[in-house]
Amino acid sequence: MGKFFERPLVPDDLDRVEGKEKVTGTASYAAEYDVPGVHYGVLVNSSIAKGKISTLNTREAERSPGVVAVVTHLNRPKIPFWDNPPEQQDNKRVEGQEFRVFFDDTIYFDRQPIALVIADTFERATYAASLVKATYKKESPSTNIKNNLDKALTAKQAQDYSRGDKDALKSAPVKIEAQYTTPFQVHNPMETHAATVVWDAPDKVTVYNKTQATKIAQQDIMRTFGLKAENVIVHSPYVGGAFGSSSRVWPEEMAALIGAKKSGKPVKVMLRRDEAFNMVGYRPTSVQRISIGAQSDGTMTGINHEAFGSTSQYEKFAERIVDPTKALYNCANVSTSYRLVPLDMSTPCWTRGPGETSGSFALESAVDELSYALKMDPLELRLKNFAEKDPDNGKPWSSNYLKECYESGAKKFGWKNRNPQPKSMQKDGWLLGMGMAAGIYHAGRSPATVSATLRSNGTLLVQTSVADTGPGSATIMTQIAAEAMSIDVRKVEFQWGHSTLPPAPGQFGSQTTASTGSGVYDAVKALQKKIAGMLSGKQGWAFSGLPVEDISFADEMIVDKNGDKVSYDDALKELSVKEIKAEFESKPTEEREQYSGYSFAAHFVEVLVHPETKMVKMNRVVCAVDAGRVINKKTAASQVYGSMVWGTGIALMEEGILDHRYGRYVNNDFANYHIPVNADICHVDVLFTDKPDPILDPMGAKGLGEIGLVGFAAAVANAVYHATGKRVRDLPITLDKLL
Amino acid sequence: MIAFDYVRPNSAKAAVDAITKDASAQFIAGGSNLVDLMKHGVVAPQKLVDISRLPLNSIEQSGNNIRIGALCLNSEVAEHALIKEKLPLLAQALNAGASPQIRNMATVGGNMLQRTRCTYFYDLAMPCNKRQPGSGCGALKGYNRMHAIFGASNSCIAVHPSDMCVALAALDATVIVAGSKGERKISFVDFHRLPGDTPEKDTHLQKGELITAVEIPVNDGFAKHSLYTKVRDRASYAFALVSVAAALDLQNNTIQHVRLAAGGVAHKPWRLMAAEKYLKGKSPTESNFKAAAEAAMSAAKGYGYNDFKLTLLPNTIIHTLKTIAGV
Repeated sequence: MGKFFERPLVPDDLDRVEGKEKVTGTASYAAEYDVPGVHYGVLVNSSIAKGKISTLNTREAERSPGVVAVVTHLNRPKIPFWDNPPEQQDNKRVEGQEFRVFFDDTIYFDRQPIALVIADTFERATYAASLVKATYKKESPSTNIKNNLDKALTAKQAQDYSRGDKDALKSAPVKIEAQYTTPFQVHNPMETHAATVVWDAPDKVTVYNKTQATKIAQQDIMRTFGLKAENVIVHSPYVGGAFGSSSRVWPEEMAALIGAKKSGKPVKVMLRRDEAFNMVGYRPTSVQRISIGAQSDGTMTGINHEAFGSTSQYEKFAERIVDPTKALYNCANVSTSYRLVPLDMSTPCWTRGPGETSGSFALESAVDELSYALKMDPLELRLKNFAEKDPDNGKPWSSNYLKECYESGAKKFGWKNRNPQPKSMQKDGWLLGMGMAAGIYHAGRSPATVSATLRSNGTLLVQTSVADTGPGSATIMTQIAAEAMSIDVRKVEFQWGHSTLPPAPGQFGSQTTASTGSGVYDAVKALQKKIAGMLSGKQGWAFSGLPVEDISFADEMIVDKNGDKVSYDDALKELSVKEIKAEFESKPTEEREQYSGYSFAAHFVEVLVHPETKMVKMNRVVCAVDAGRVINKKTAASQVYGSMVWGTGIALMEEGILDHRYGRYVNNDFANYHIPVNADICHVDVLFTDKPDPILDPMGAKGLGEIGLVGFAAAVANAVYHATGKRVRDLPITLDKLL
Repeated sequence: MIAFDYVRPNSAKAAVDAITKDASAQFIAGGSNLVDLMKHGVVAPQKLVDISRLPLNSIEQSGNNIRIGALCLNSEVAEHALIKEKLPLLAQALNAGASPQIRNMATVGGNMLQRTRCTYFYDLAMPCNKRQPGSGCGALKGYNRMHAIFGASNSCIAVHPSDMCVALAALDATVIVAGSKGERKISFVDFHRLPGDTPEKDTHLQKGELITAVEIPVNDGFAKHSLYTKVRDRASYAFALVSVAAALDLQNNTIQHVRLAAGGVAHKPWRLMAAEKYLKGKSPTESNFKAAAEAAMSAAKGYGYNDFKLTLLPNTIIHTLKTIAGV
């Protein structure tokens, strides 16, 4: 295992296999498929956040040139699963009643779709959509979490947690207690959500959409419309960013499905940017209270973390907001609670580091506050409370190089040059602050099925339905296949992103490499075993009758114990077959259950704060990450760069703002919802421990998609405190909070 | 489709005639704001009069004035040698605005006539007296972090979004306009209006009038000692929370002349006359700058979310003046 990826056949900086298609514009995204006869659907959205539709006048829109249908709750076709729901609904990923577009006259959230106007051109559909007139029976919406904490609910996925003595905090000699809040944050992938739908027959549909999981989309669609799995084909090979927002089927996809059914035309729907703020998921806002107690030497004696997160009125969306608190520090007495506050908004959804990102802002800010209360270096405090095994369940870590992250990060950053006194450092007339924080993220692995086919032209075809939403998974799978097979990486063809391919888990939870990568590895090993068996079974040549385990694959050759060799092409010729295919379902091992698997990170951030205007500039960042073995150093570093950019946005500027009087967004565009521009981003050094995890998967890789974000905002907030002496506990840290 | 006519007259006079005859006609040049407004349904002109190819795009000095044609692109002005040398404050303000792509489309005249970015103005489902007179002001008791602290009314607390205009106000520019009755000149500080009870009107331009140029007097002292400071939520491509354009004519450690204007604080670029008056004839010291900033703020009023501007603006004034004076 230690030798994995040390062979020259597979460079560890392989360029993205789909890079050329993407940068030359030949990659087709969901709204770019050239479907004959396609029509364009434009949504009409409600102008209220809560109430009922009283009247809906579509007459003028229907008469408008080019319009073929206007679909509303009044004329939609029957939808089997919605109109006659089964009593038992199992396998729900989100507790509650999913949103059903055009189901009835109820308005649950602002800009809820109330009609789909379908026309022969996008422009005609857009104009006709402006002619649809609705009147409402309005009710007063609740969208402010702080005013509704008393209405908080418990959720099945958010049980209270406690270990040790809940009251240990009370007697702690040093104690801090504070409330932290995080705002709504919106994924805002570059490509807005879109779907192109073709009903090939009344019971057969092809969907080109934007999804992190073609299999989940397929299942949701087949269930909703009562179709057979093989009659729902989902294509989503290219995704222009998703970050969790494409992990379930959304109203624009359902609207396109319903609209195409109603109109009898292929229909394409693509959201405008403003529609993508409160319809296709977002990171819920949170209110968190944390107290930490410690002995005067820094030993943590108790942590209490109470969190409130927002959800919709129709579903209980729960994330892992208190999870870092359970596992990051060696503290015997920890209690957490997590409640959901229903608001008159659409349901939030998984958003990069879902829960951990918001929760770690509170936890890692609080640990920083504790360090000042103790007059102790925040890095030393973290080392003092380093957990040698998982404090949540007592299991050993599958691997944990967090200490090495602390050490290498601090060294690269120059942490020892930090004057611990806030407001003590300056650069070019600006206040300089240094802050740090730790990150922890569950290293998951799910079953994945992959097929591997050796073909007579000497190439290896590898297929699975996994998505590649941008992290470079297709490239990594190609590398893993080449390495496992011992074949030149240029001879590997990897196919992904279609529901017709073998099932792989969705691309979320930082588990693609561990899950699907293992699937690729295991499928190739199964293929090799099959080839070896066939060679051994063939009479009258060098390999005849050899035990399969004596036949190995090395340097693009099949080799036996005696050194006899045959090339892959010649083996196929010898066996008189055009190709050999193996399919394998790869699952986590039982051994894995004995261990606790996490990725870790240490973030070091330097900010500059203007003494008079209080503008904050990122000056320097070092992220040291333990994500196990790094398979592709380019795509891996890009994951962390991306996390750092989003983390900068979360720390300093991102905030979804509603006018609570109307329950309506007032900044749902890129002029007003600020994400960092190039000029906001500073130099960042990414350091990987690059040590394989011996337990989780054959490659030794742990998840990398989210870990870069977990703790990052706290590191920035801690640096701002160090620069200014001002503790901002409410994200984002806009300059008005520092004046 | 929302149908509209499009005409492209060959002369300024023909352009003025085309607008004068048609109540709902509007000029279009770079279109970097008007097209957005049309897409949002905020405005729906029945005729667009494209002036972008009229010969109003020269930059020249005559005597003590620099004249900039109304159709010069923002990027052309910012990069013009004469402007960089004689009016660096204007070049800085232009480069602080929008993005390179937008500056390559937007014209000087269009920049002056851009509408507020108040979110209630753009959202047809929200009340806005500027968009729909009599419907109320959504921002007054709503989300008003970007809004005015000077000269607002209960009808409207929106701000003018331009950076360029803040520098032009500070530099005592004059706007040259052509109308059906000939040419007239409007002092820049009198070009934009305060909202009062008619916030739907942004400027004192009469129907049919076309901006043909701006004229800016040159002052070598100002050219040596001027600075545009823009404070915003991110490093680029964001409107000003507040901005300050300042120029000092310093001789023998005395402020002979001073110009101060602020952006992001009012319905128009806000000339800080009281602060100017205070500083004239004084020495450039931090304490004088503080007193001037205090004088500047006497009429300021916050509306809740924007209360921080009452601290941020004086801080920014002091920072800008200190930087210019090197104290």
